[in-house]
Amino acid sequence: MRRALPSREELLEILDTVKDPEVPVLSVVELGIVRDVAASDAGVVVTITPTYSGCPAMHEIETEIRRALALEALGPVEIRTTYSPAWTTDWMTSAAKEKLEAYGIAPPGPADTSELVPLRRRSAAIRCPYCKSHDTTQKSAFGSTACKAIWFCNECRQPFEEFKAI
Amino acid sequence: MSDAAFTYLLRLGDDRLVLGHRLSEWCGHGPILEEDIALANVALDLIGEATLLLKLAGQLEGNGRNEDALAYLRDAIDYRNALLTELPIGDFAVTIVRQLFFSVFSLLQMEALQRSTNADLAGIAAKAVKEARYHVRHSAQWVVTLGDGTDESHARAQAAVDDLWRYTGELFMADAVDQAVAADGFGVDPSVFAEPWREQIDEIMRRATLTIPPVAYMQRGGRDGRHTEHLGHMLAEMQIVARSNPGATW
Repeated sequence: MRRALPSREELLEILDTVKDPEVPVLSVVELGIVRDVAASDAGVVVTITPTYSGCPAMHEIETEIRRALALEALGPVEIRTTYSPAWTTDWMTSAAKEKLEAYGIAPPGPADTSELVPLRRRSAAIRCPYCKSHDTTQKSAFGSTACKAIWFCNECRQPFEEFKAI
Repeated sequence: MSDAAFTYLLRLGDDRLVLGHRLSEWCGHGPILEEDIALANVALDLIGEATLLLKLAGQLEGNGRNEDALAYLRDAIDYRNALLTELPIGDFAVTIVRQLFFSVFSLLQMEALQRSTNADLAGIAAKAVKEARYHVRHSAQWVVTLGDGTDESHARAQAAVDDLWRYTGELFMADAVDQAVAADGFGVDPSVFAEPWREQIDEIMRRATLTIPPVAYMQRGGRDGRHTEHLGHMLAEMQIVARSNPGATW
């Protein structure tokens, strides 16, 4: 006999086991990449959105989502990609931001919605995830992945990454 | 689906694909490690945007061409990018001045396209705006650093501005394609960006102690498929694997 269809919450719990390959401490649900999920007799439809247009992890994330859902035998899985509304770090929960900092990546502040001011540097310094000092310097607005910037802590002399606020 | 909308999307996508590919030539050759990473990141953003734009172009065209077919199986004469984007990377000053010229234009264009009547295009633009903001900041800071730097960096930055300026006019030239897509709200006439672009560039040039050359003639042709000799060489390298192994997967 077929069991009852899982609720949205139950499905999100399953997807919460899928980690971002570049930030393995966070799941695709915590990052806000999963926008919607619903099960029906015809299978499961998952709607995802990329963090950056060229994020090379999206293919891997799709594969992992399929793998996680296949274990639950819920039928065919359809993955839809949406670009609107555009992903923002504001979708990250405060619990997710704490995990990020504990992992050694400075979490994003509020999203940058300012009008174009090309030469203005960010006024508030980013807090070092290791020693919590605010005496830090941005070394590059771009880091090892599209979503991160490189910083240096002048207090503990440690380079670290920041999850960019967008 | 009108031909104008298809051509318009090719122009948007090709600008970003060609410039993204040019930037990727720096990968492993950047002046410092952080800058190597930065240029590769910007390249990734641009190629990502191009992927989405060319995919949409292929869908609207309805002839079964996807983004890969449009990127790898078109010849130079079928490319619709502005000439500015296809010029060789030159030295770091040429790369970064070109990037400033294009990024300021791209930000204005994508901000406006968020209001496109086509929901897919509006969504792509909303993502691209966030990326373009970073690109403008990055290149503007470098142009000021180089222009207001040593005699050597100033001379190179000024030479780059002098050489590239004549290619900037094409970004704002509107033709029947632009007017058609602007009329139904699908796209935006690029000539409306000329003034705000110039204001921002003037301000950055002032801080960089650089001057804009008195050039009366602006080069054009890319939007109609008339390119410099550089594009064909670039495409030959970019397309060789896809053309030598049609349909290959791995």
